[in-house]
Amino acid sequence: MPETQLETRNQKLETDLRGLAQDIVQRAMSGGATAAECIVREGDEFSTVVRLGQVETLKESGSKAIGIRVFNGQRAASTYSSDFSRSGLDRMVKSALELAKITSEDPYAGIPEASQLGSLEGDLDLYHSDVYSLPGEERINYARRTEKAALDYDPRIKNSEGGSFDAATGHKVLANSHGFVGEYRRSYCSVAAVPIAQAEDGKMQRDYWFSVARTLSRLESPEEVGKIAAQRTLRRLGARKVKTARVPVVFDPMVAASILDHIFEGVNGDSIYRGASFLAGKLGQKIAGDQVTVIDDGTMPGGFGTSPFDGEGIPTRRTVVIENGVLKSYLLNTYTAKKLGLQTTANAARGLAGTPGIGPGNYFLQPGVKTPKEIIGGIPEGLYVTEFLGHGVNLVTGDYSRGASGLWISGGELTYPVEEITVGGNLKEMFFNISEIGNDLEFRGAIACPTIRIDGLTVGGE
Amino acid sequence: MDKNRFFFEHYGLTERNLERYLAAALSAGGDYADLYFEYLSSTSLMVDESIVKSASQGISAGCGVRVIAGERTGYAYTDDLSPERILHAARTAALIASGPAKTPAVGFQEKPARSLYPVTLPSVDAEITAKVELVMRADTAARAFDPRIKEVRAGYADELRNILVVGSDGTFAEDTQPLARMNVGCIAKTDGNSARGTSGGGGRVALDFFFGEKTPEFFAKESARQAILQLDAREAPAGEMEVVLGPGWPGVLLHEAVGHGLEADFNRKQTSAFAGLIGKRVASEKCTVVDNGTMPWRRGSLNVDDEGQPTQNTVLIEKGILKGYLSDKLSSRLMGVADTGNGRRESYEHIPMPRMTNTYMLPGDDAPEDIIHSVKHGIYAVNFGGGQVDITNGKFVFSASEAYLIEDGQITAPIKGATLIGNGPDVLTRVSMVGNDLKLDEGVGTCGKDGQSVPVGVGIPTIKVDRLTVGGTAKKDLGGFMQ
Repeated sequence: MPETQLETRNQKLETDLRGLAQDIVQRAMSGGATAAECIVREGDEFSTVVRLGQVETLKESGSKAIGIRVFNGQRAASTYSSDFSRSGLDRMVKSALELAKITSEDPYAGIPEASQLGSLEGDLDLYHSDVYSLPGEERINYARRTEKAALDYDPRIKNSEGGSFDAATGHKVLANSHGFVGEYRRSYCSVAAVPIAQAEDGKMQRDYWFSVARTLSRLESPEEVGKIAAQRTLRRLGARKVKTARVPVVFDPMVAASILDHIFEGVNGDSIYRGASFLAGKLGQKIAGDQVTVIDDGTMPGGFGTSPFDGEGIPTRRTVVIENGVLKSYLLNTYTAKKLGLQTTANAARGLAGTPGIGPGNYFLQPGVKTPKEIIGGIPEGLYVTEFLGHGVNLVTGDYSRGASGLWISGGELTYPVEEITVGGNLKEMFFNISEIGNDLEFRGAIACPTIRIDGLTVGGE
Repeated sequence: MDKNRFFFEHYGLTERNLERYLAAALSAGGDYADLYFEYLSSTSLMVDESIVKSASQGISAGCGVRVIAGERTGYAYTDDLSPERILHAARTAALIASGPAKTPAVGFQEKPARSLYPVTLPSVDAEITAKVELVMRADTAARAFDPRIKEVRAGYADELRNILVVGSDGTFAEDTQPLARMNVGCIAKTDGNSARGTSGGGGRVALDFFFGEKTPEFFAKESARQAILQLDAREAPAGEMEVVLGPGWPGVLLHEAVGHGLEADFNRKQTSAFAGLIGKRVASEKCTVVDNGTMPWRRGSLNVDDEGQPTQNTVLIEKGILKGYLSDKLSSRLMGVADTGNGRRESYEHIPMPRMTNTYMLPGDDAPEDIIHSVKHGIYAVNFGGGQVDITNGKFVFSASEAYLIEDGQITAPIKGATLIGNGPDVLTRVSMVGNDLKLDEGVGTCGKDGQSVPVGVGIPTIKVDRLTVGGTAKKDLGGFMQ
């Protein structure tokens, strides 16, 4: 294997992206826009997959793109391009100005007030160039070691979708016609393994584990990740169905995060203002059990959901979403805040094109004191869910029905694996029925949740 | 070679350049190299609260270079189509190989390909005001359907993708791929109750499709109808029961339960529950399932796949027997099977892999009403949200967005979103009746695999599955699974 050279990055044109973003805003304003906002994103990615000890894929590249949102009074439109040539950029600006003639006047449209704009001070610990510091062969070794640890863990691990190592960096610049210009860089690296175990009857099970960090120095060891991946896979062997029943259900942290995600979608200002959420109109009301406190914090140093400003150039902040079961705040951007007569919570998520949406900062459920083992220990018969399949969640009504697999709890212990079952209920009741919260909060992404127990759910099986 | 030559005209590419890039890609050895040029322009519009809130247009262009050496793939891409950057990407991708340089074939051959979507004026170039009219009409029609319809969001999106694929084996393929769709989402509200409905459709069609064949009113009424219906839906039963799937979009069952498991990469690696089952019975003899990339105007269709191979109609399951896999170049080379033209990718930033196109079951002999009448207690599912499958253990899930109880052979009450869950390799063995009413979906499907999304189609006639697990929330009592 020859040494991988990272020329893609080194040879990158050192364009002044701040200047470019400001220039594009200026061009839009000269072209007749009443307000404008420009985003420039560039990024590099490296990924490698090693399968059964052999390199399977090696991918390395960089790209950049630019987007603009313009306002013609209360009419808004946006365009984007990957073509940074003079003519490409001219066409992007011109099309945006043209498009902003055909959209409707929306009294709530607009960029934030100048006084709201800004960027958090200080080092947020988001960028570490060390994610690219390993030489090519070492990166491949990270992937190889992760897979090997899984394969070596048990003879029943007979196959694999591979071990992988990924690294990426991103650079984002935002400028608008109030004179705001901000930028930040973020880095990311991860290792993962996807082993496959086979039982004596030939039936296979697959699972995975991973570690992700903003710096190589905080990445968990490939050996540890591979071992956990193997354990998670092995415990699924011999899975069976169970009879339909109403039992307590314990969600492991990975699947518990999906419940938290449903709360996020439920308090998302976009669905609130159009009444498309089962939580619309519930501000100040009790929507969950007393011990449920949910925080969104875009300011945590090193966090996966951290940034110095949101997608509209407003400094990120910490928002208490639910406090002891009472809904304290929706999550909003400028538009949805205006619609609801509230203040933005700096959760604007700006893609290249379109109206800014709403995204989480570091969004989590406040941990409790019990260990996962203690939570499971208190259940005579129940289900421990480790994976969901499918998308059976209706946020308008709160109806919830998802495919699941996991382990059956009997006498306070995890016993045999189960699969081909469903977990059903309604989110409105589920939040009240969160009866236990674990102490095992750990961020493996922007949304994190400790182990939780929810009562009153229907487990659908035979 | 006298077609439109998009990249030759717009980026000054020549055959000589292409040969040079391929030579650079094979400069460190390797069995095969290819270049995928893509120029994608797109438009989208959204009406919400009866006003056009957003309009967007964009352009994305780039080139991906792939080098295959044995089972290894090196990949690099650039969004700058200058010769230096493409050569650089080619040399980066070449790092996967190690050995003496290979020489690519000299000269390119373009295989004859179909013309499945011959639009004269691609919708992306059509007047934006006509598209505004479409979304506004959808909004009006949905609100007019019933006063309980309180929220409507109607979207229109189109794109035009120009691609050029050249390979070191002399492959040369160009295609211009239009794609357009409308979506309408409604929320119905009464005091204390609300429900949603969604509908949409399109294909590789021109804008006039939405002014003739499938109007905004068609999608709007369908969306509103579902939302109103769901207001009165009761809780779905839970447990194993007979399930009848309606025709069309419920074909997503085939996509999840068998389609993914038959993608060649999983079978080459022996990670699919279907690995090694060729020639074996995986469905009842009433089931014949195909993947057909050659249907005119369809969302999942392609003249050539993203590796330049013409698409085809591939029989996956014939009268219950597993016949073949869906293959791309890499898998066909390594497995020694034919390339079925299923190598697809999301964009120039992505490595191609075997993917479905339009996957459907051929019609049978049963009248749909006879199928319903044959069910004592079960559910009739006619619309679905999404689905998902774990290809290794074969378990799949999909969620019904419109379903009804069947009691003593009659369709009775609508039920709330129920999840259906089963095992891919045996669910079709329990298909006891197949209707004569094959229907393809309206053209809304997007399939995700390894983080790559591609447009697909699905279809199915009315079928009866004798036993499938339904994940509802209703309590069981002595009267069966009624509330």
